[in-house]
Amino acid sequence: MSDAASLAGLADTLFSITILVYSLATIAFAVEFAFSREATVSERDKERQPARSGASAEQIGQIQVLNPTRSESEPTPRAQFASRAGQLAMGITLIGAFIHGTVLLLRGLAAERIPLGNMFEHATMVAFIGVAGFLFLAVRTPRLRRVGLFVLLAVTVGLVLNGLFLYAESGPLVAALRSRWLVVHVTTVTIGFGAFLTSGIVSALYLVRSRFEEVGEGAVGLASRIGRRLPDAATLDRAAHRLVIFGFPIFTFAVIAGAVWAESAWGRFWGWDPKETWAFISWIVYAAYLHARATAGWKGRAAAWINVGGLAVMLFNLLFVNLIIAGLHSYAGIN
Amino acid sequence: MTTPTSSLSDAPSLVLDDVSEGQPRSTSPSDGPRLRTRVVRGARGWWRWLTSMRTALMLLFLLALAAVPGSLLPQRPLSQTAVGQYFADHPELAPVLDRFGFFDVFAAPWFAAIYLLLFSSLIGCLVPRTWGHIRALRAEPPRAPSRLSRLPRHAEIPIRNSAEQALDIAEEELRDLRYRVVRRDGAISAEKGLLKETGNIAFHLALLGLLISLAVGKLWGYEGSVLVQEGQGFCNTFQQYDTYSAGPLIDGADLRPLCVDLEDFQARYEPDLTPASFTGDITYSRTLGGADEQATIGINSPLRVDGMRLYLTGRGFAPIFSVTLPDGTELTDLSAPFLPTDPATMLSEGVLKLPDLGAGRDQLALEGVFLPTAQDAGGGLLTSVDPRPLDPAVAIVVYAGTLGLDSGIPQNVFTLDQERIQRGQLDRVGSANLRPGESLELPDGTSVTFTGFKEFAALQLHRDPSQLSVLLTALAMLAGLTATLLVRRRRVFVRPGGMGADGSDRRAMVPGSTMLEIGGLRQGGSTDPTEFEQVVQRIRTALADRKDP
Repeated sequence: MSDAASLAGLADTLFSITILVYSLATIAFAVEFAFSREATVSERDKERQPARSGASAEQIGQIQVLNPTRSESEPTPRAQFASRAGQLAMGITLIGAFIHGTVLLLRGLAAERIPLGNMFEHATMVAFIGVAGFLFLAVRTPRLRRVGLFVLLAVTVGLVLNGLFLYAESGPLVAALRSRWLVVHVTTVTIGFGAFLTSGIVSALYLVRSRFEEVGEGAVGLASRIGRRLPDAATLDRAAHRLVIFGFPIFTFAVIAGAVWAESAWGRFWGWDPKETWAFISWIVYAAYLHARATAGWKGRAAAWINVGGLAVMLFNLLFVNLIIAGLHSYAGIN
Repeated sequence: MTTPTSSLSDAPSLVLDDVSEGQPRSTSPSDGPRLRTRVVRGARGWWRWLTSMRTALMLLFLLALAAVPGSLLPQRPLSQTAVGQYFADHPELAPVLDRFGFFDVFAAPWFAAIYLLLFSSLIGCLVPRTWGHIRALRAEPPRAPSRLSRLPRHAEIPIRNSAEQALDIAEEELRDLRYRVVRRDGAISAEKGLLKETGNIAFHLALLGLLISLAVGKLWGYEGSVLVQEGQGFCNTFQQYDTYSAGPLIDGADLRPLCVDLEDFQARYEPDLTPASFTGDITYSRTLGGADEQATIGINSPLRVDGMRLYLTGRGFAPIFSVTLPDGTELTDLSAPFLPTDPATMLSEGVLKLPDLGAGRDQLALEGVFLPTAQDAGGGLLTSVDPRPLDPAVAIVVYAGTLGLDSGIPQNVFTLDQERIQRGQLDRVGSANLRPGESLELPDGTSVTFTGFKEFAALQLHRDPSQLSVLLTALAMLAGLTATLLVRRRRVFVRPGGMGADGSDRRAMVPGSTMLEIGGLRQGGSTDPTEFEQVVQRIRTALADRKDP
């Protein structure tokens, strides 16, 4: 077996292992989620946020008032168990992300090119960025660790579907893709998409949580049981916004880079090819999200809905436009 | 006085929000004639509606929504054939959609209406915002609030020097950190991050510039496409293009001189038949009869000359035939481009029309497929198994009769008019699968020989005078966007402790020590405290270093 083939084979094996590890992380996050009852401040959280005067102290104070004994003194065994499960889940996710990155690295080495030559590789990379975005948020703001269950669940299911339906052998690029702009354009699209992916999930959770906060403790039903355990709505809203703020300029750059490439490849920088049209639509939706979030009457739930809609548009653009609508961007590598 | 927290949230926020909301509504129906007042009020109300953030958001969504049919329905600028197919498939629906411009959405009046409204709304927002920002750039940071301890961030530093010196040192540090600083009534007001609003306005101005650039390109740009076989060429005139489109302000005389000949075309494949590269060697001259220059163009590498760009957009095979008439007249090197129907095998379809075989003779048409690497599929059928011309063959049907090329109705050069066959104007007179050198005898004694093939390239010439300004405005948008998303506006206030505070300050009573009170606030409620801490730390260090003047 040639080196390239054995590298590609190893990448395939590690892809399966990635899914396995992420599944374990999902389970661990689920355990944390199930065993954490109220919005307690975890120990790590307190370490990172020393008591201060001002607004943030007020926020911490609010939570402390809800649960004064537990967060001040020893946490209950149950909360301790939940916290351990969460830390374990973070560790497993980190290992999974490492293997995940290795898959991409090996596929790149096997084909001697950037591992973004077909839809399988693109989707794999989007999931990787999504996980990385989550890890970044959860390390900075430990409260957001509880979002992990949903991000990891989505990523795991997404990777399974990716492996089942979008899988393409590692191979050389078609002539049209042999350009320096491939690296610039597709990498940035992928990074933007990954940030939007996690942001969309966080906004969806914000919708659940803010409903719970409106209805209050008396709420019943699955949504309220989830909402009860989620971080507070303001934190979720800020996290989603932060990811879009990160992803939107990168996505904008990706569209510009794509236009520059299109100018040299197809003879025009913009031609309303279906993929270009949907890039335009997604850009507008995310621009609308940023505007809405700063507009009275739109900030909060309406803005969150727009962000969720943005993710739907991105997914539609990935799946429907690549696989169903014929266009110049037909590089899926699927027959 | 408003509370300090609200004084920043009143400041311009991330995006252009409703500037008109704060303006007082006109409530004076008494002055002037009633009608005029009503018209003015109506116009004002309409303008207020148009420039409100709510409307802008709705228009944004409308624009996104309006773009959707442009990707789901076939579009004329992308594929005329697909539109024709849609008409055939949906004979009832298609004409209705066509009436409302659904087959060219991005040139439809209703699409233009949405973006023009959106841009009017943008201008309406942007103009007052820009003036406001210019004023803010000139204005001094606001007065320090009376109780710094009520700001979101607050710190106190013990000082040993005089309050005045401590303020001097703090001011110096803040200036070092590039804050805009002003001293008033024994307190420092410092502000940073006006770049946020500058970026915001730059982004939206660049967006306007982008739209104007696009319009210029549409008005003064043109493009033409032509299929060129190896050894042939074309010049940049509308007559020589197979298809062209030009802006309304361009006429034939505006086209710059350029003549191009395709010398050689090469297609290269990877071992697994993935296309690796397509290149065409060309010679071109920039003036009529001017000096020839050489170039190689290919996918992702066009020729750029005098503001024109020449692209290789496609390729294919043109089978060559020779025809020997019954009287012995031999016509050689007859060829026509056959269009590939499957890029993986380069199976190509086309027709060679031969209208001029001599007076009194039937015109001929050779319709069929070209197979670069032919393989017998059984039953006399051939199929192509490789995109490279390793074992070429043609499968042709020959028709004789009148082609009707001079009937005045334009014909597709790649297909035969099926109606003429049905009406009996063209008769099928023979068919055969031919390898190079093989011939087909027709009943009247005419012989058709497949002699070989040439490759052809689809070339496209573009000129867009505003392309560079589109790129520059887009990059300006990106720069403005990045600035406005990453920069945060923040303020820092410094005042010697106890002075002007609520009087209950315990530390002020400790003899020999005074406190310096620092308060800070930041727009956009982030919990990240590091920057304020750094400012405090810097001032603290500076004070400690220069304890004894």
